[in-house]
Amino acid sequence: MSRVMTGAKMVVEALRDQGVDTVFGYPGGAVLPIYDELFQQNDITHVLVRHEQGAVHMAEGYARSTGKPGVVLVTSGPGATNAVTGLTDALLDSIPLVVISGQVPTFLIGTDGFQEADTVGITRPCTKHNWLVRDTAQLSQTIHKGFHVATSGRPGPVLIDIPKDVQFAEAEYVGPKQIEPATYQPVRKGDINIITQLVELMEKAERPIIYTGGGVINSGTGASQLLRELVDGTGFPVTSTLMGLGAYPASGRNWLGMLGMHGLYEANLAMHGCDLMINMGARFDDRITGRVADFSPGSIKAHVDIDPSSINKVIHVDLPIVGDVGHVLEDMLKVWKSRGRKVNSAALGKWWEKIEGWRSKNCLAYRGSDTIIKPQHALERLEALTKGRDRYITTEVGQHQMWAAQYLHFDQPNRWMTSGGLGTMGYGLPASIGVQMAHPDALVINVAGDASWLMNMQEMGTAVQFRLPVKQFILNNERLGMVRQWQQLLHGERYSQSWSDSLPDFVKLAEAFGCAGAVVRDPADLDAAIQQMLDYDGPFILDVLVEKHENCFPMIPSGKPHNEMLLGEADTDGAIQSGGAVLV
Amino acid sequence: MNALNIQKGATSHSAYDLRDPHSQVEESHTLAVLVENEPGVLARVIGLFAGRGYNIDSLTVAEVDHTGHRSRITVVTRGTPAVIEQIKAQLGRIVPVHEVHDLTVEGPSVERELGLFKVSGKGDKRVEALRIAEIFRANVVDSTLESFVFEMTGTPAKLDAFAELMQPLGLIDLARTGVAALARGV
Ligand SMILES: Cc1ncc(C[n+]2csc(CCOP(=O)(O)OP(=O)(O)O)c2C)c(N)n1
Repeated sequence: MSRVMTGAKMVVEALRDQGVDTVFGYPGGAVLPIYDELFQQNDITHVLVRHEQGAVHMAEGYARSTGKPGVVLVTSGPGATNAVTGLTDALLDSIPLVVISGQVPTFLIGTDGFQEADTVGITRPCTKHNWLVRDTAQLSQTIHKGFHVATSGRPGPVLIDIPKDVQFAEAEYVGPKQIEPATYQPVRKGDINIITQLVELMEKAERPIIYTGGGVINSGTGASQLLRELVDGTGFPVTSTLMGLGAYPASGRNWLGMLGMHGLYEANLAMHGCDLMINMGARFDDRITGRVADFSPGSIKAHVDIDPSSINKVIHVDLPIVGDVGHVLEDMLKVWKSRGRKVNSAALGKWWEKIEGWRSKNCLAYRGSDTIIKPQHALERLEALTKGRDRYITTEVGQHQMWAAQYLHFDQPNRWMTSGGLGTMGYGLPASIGVQMAHPDALVINVAGDASWLMNMQEMGTAVQFRLPVKQFILNNERLGMVRQWQQLLHGERYSQSWSDSLPDFVKLAEAFGCAGAVVRDPADLDAAIQQMLDYDGPFILDVLVEKHENCFPMIPSGKPHNEMLLGEADTDGAIQSGGAVLV
Repeated sequence: MNALNIQKGATSHSAYDLRDPHSQVEESHTLAVLVENEPGVLARVIGLFAGRGYNIDSLTVAEVDHTGHRSRITVVTRGTPAVIEQIKAQLGRIVPVHEVHDLTVEGPSVERELGLFKVSGKGDKRVEALRIAEIFRANVVDSTLESFVFEMTGTPAKLDAFAELMQPLGLIDLARTGVAALARGV
């Protein structure tokens, strides 16, 4: 059966063939033919956003919580440029997205036509790959290729730019199974010789540590299962980056907590003092390593990553293993079992004693209060009151994000959505909407700061329109808290532009959007307020007025090694010297 | 690392190359990058170098397989061994890049560049220019009573040397193609 159709129809057809059920988008002149096709079908739900940046973050939330690619549809010019922040965010956090943008007709390209922008030029450095499709006959295969590239190897965002005349013209539709095999085929299996060498080292290691990252989550739930099996089998301690939380359960026996700049004392010291470091799908980001020259000086380092360019980029490793974390874990387990499941138990026992010693510092302790809500306390209560529920958390960026990572616990992968690599304020609210679209019955909470939340607050309208009961948990310190903290530590307490003046009344704002809200300022009312938020059947904004000057600890100041952490206010005097001040 | 007894070339990927990874000495490497000849592919390669702060000393590109739509980009770049490895890995990550070869480490290779040199002068200087051109086996491809255009193919170093000698003899303009390179043998 010949399937000749317009380019616009092809787009919808290809999305359907790719199993897409939800598209986040915003119409405009250059995508009207595609919107016309969307109007005439019922398989794909279109979520009308309020700003294209919101659409991309929603798609990220959708993708991160399902493991499926997120899909976005925007118009040419400003529609496409508004998507740039989200694309960059998805690139840095390896989130699979397929973004389709309209373009002026091919005969107008290059003339500065109305709403013309060089979209493939602008998005080349912020996509994994992108295409300008000039011929309708190429369109369906390009879309299928786009899905393949976005989801294989190290996942990432792709963009397909479609001129309006290409949407109107007709050509033969090609299904996903009919296209020629893709030339882009990243390696999945790791080198078995190096894996065997790693297992030999694991058998002898006295102070091993497993350090996981977003790659474990991206590899699929199977990888998280295998990780649990390996960790529980060997008894090795495990820590994770911000992006990898939930791969190993926080309730698990061997869990050390998050590592890095605001990671736990025991996790960072264990990284510093280990003799064998096994990096599973993380990338030695500067938030993790601190001063590179002093990073875990005495250890043999193994690094499993599907992206060869991640290996030896920042930290030189001894055992490089290019491959998919899930596949490599499977092989590691196979080899380890076949060799008799050996570990150096005596040494491991001593290592754990040492770790317990660090743990007894209780680095997350903070001074409580009866009169003012401490942000850490608010999160502890949120954790307690949502325990046992299938809960998805998104965050904005700032202190609240780090506290959420410290005080909330994740026992499953795909339950934690946060902007790690780019640190995009304004990510959390739209991401929570994307997650809720994918999981209509789940509890979805965005842990936000007042300043970040305002950056994409227009998306509250989207939540209300689609009856998405997302909970906005705003830790309101009336400050750009993280900036204020750095100014306190680094810039002589000169708080330049780091307070939130003229904040809206969030309760009235909620009403204005057609949802509900509440404000809480007394610690005694906190539980009831959280419960009210959880019980409300619809989107809800909880404005939690918290201590304004709380700092986030532990903290490894920029340019410092792991064993020079600040644990509390008492440690902060002169903590960051000029050398570290140039770092971000 | 040697204590771990990892064999050199345990896998063919460049990231595993075992030259001293901590060396701070900059080296010049000639990379052959085989790419799908699709629109924007050169911009991707150049954008990678610009965006990540790598050097380009020379760059040439042309389609070498018209039916398979493959182009060959030859880049001469400079950096410490770790940076060179990173450049290769980053190039390999670009979706339409099929192969990255480091001709500098993969064995002997030949490198050639073509240059056009315009030399203006009269009398002795003109005679001397022609004499040196003969020694270098450069061809005269244009001549007026006051000028020559020489064409010469050779290694970049040979072109440099020729340009240096022509400088005092009236070199007024110069065009070079950049390096094309192939591995020797089969
Ligand atoms: C789009 C964007 N602009 C600026 C920054 C720099 N920045 C990082 S954290 C922060 C303050 C965030 O304040 P808030 O959302 O209130 O959270 P808090 O730190 O107070 O918890 C700023 C301005 C950023 N990360 N993203």
